[in-house]
Amino acid sequence: MVEWTDFERATIQEIFSKIDSGVVGPAALSRCLIVYPWTQRYFGSFGNLYNAAAITSNPKVAAHGKVVIGGLEKAVKNMDDIKTTYKDLSVLHSDKLRVDPDNFNLLADCLTIVVASQMGQAFTPDVQAAFQKFLAVVVASLRKQYH
Amino acid sequence: MTCTLVNAAIKWSIKAQHVCWDLSSVGFLSVVTMLSKKEKKLIKEIWERLTPVAEDIGSDALLRMFASYPGTKTYFSHLDISPGSAHLYSHGKKIVLAIAEGAKDISQLTVTLAPLQTLHAYQLRIDPTNFKLLSHCMLVTLACYLGEEFTPVAHAAIDKYLSAFAAVLSEKYR
Repeated sequence: MVEWTDFERATIQEIFSKIDSGVVGPAALSRCLIVYPWTQRYFGSFGNLYNAAAITSNPKVAAHGKVVIGGLEKAVKNMDDIKTTYKDLSVLHSDKLRVDPDNFNLLADCLTIVVASQMGQAFTPDVQAAFQKFLAVVVASLRKQYH
Repeated sequence: MTCTLVNAAIKWSIKAQHVCWDLSSVGFLSVVTMLSKKEKKLIKEIWERLTPVAEDIGSDALLRMFASYPGTKTYFSHLDISPGSAHLYSHGKKIVLAIAEGAKDISQLTVTLAPLQTLHAYQLRIDPTNFKLLSHCMLVTLACYLGEEFTPVAHAAIDKYLSAFAAVLSEKYR
């Protein structure tokens, strides 16, 4: 089981209570599709992803970004057993969506950058470390059911 | 030479705690040709702006790296890397100024970085996985500092540039 310090717990709860999930989710996903264009391979049905402007204004990308944040909020509510919470999601990503798990790290990085630009100086090195630890646990849980 | 870089890159990726796309395996030349004129201009402008605050940017990125990736501290046992220390500022400044210098003419990166290549290969011998960790933390620092201005396009351009920078730095390793 993952050990969370009081600081880490409080930091994660605070970040997710402060951020506007309607903004951060879409921003992180569109950033990922722009900065790492090969991730677009999983979104063939999303329509126009030809350039940064198209991706940023694509309504399907925005909608899906919100879905992703919703998934993360589940993990925030169940920090002591993210592995079990994500069992079905992991199976979904492995068997149905067939996402290369290395891509999870790319999206995680983009999410870190988006939260950083929102929080500015409040996103201190220690806050960053806590956030990245949380994302690492999320990614590991999503990878768990791959076979 | 590209083959050795690819093999090395694969090994480094497996060792890396922080797995991200390893553009150093693609090699410096390919990354540079993939930077458009617009991107090179954007990169040059951004790093020019950051030069006056090189100390702050550099020390911030280093502190983030030490906090998230404690293994990186092992390279600094000879320095005081506590927040606010003089060593931290001067070392951070050195790094940012080198990145800014390279950004002035990216096509000449191998020439500009020649002395630093030798330093890293024969003296410092920093495991190249760590370049990715610092690059990531540098991007986070830029996000905090530039906020909305750190657009996805700027992010992509600088990420590519830092990958090229790291690839050139490790060229003389073997």
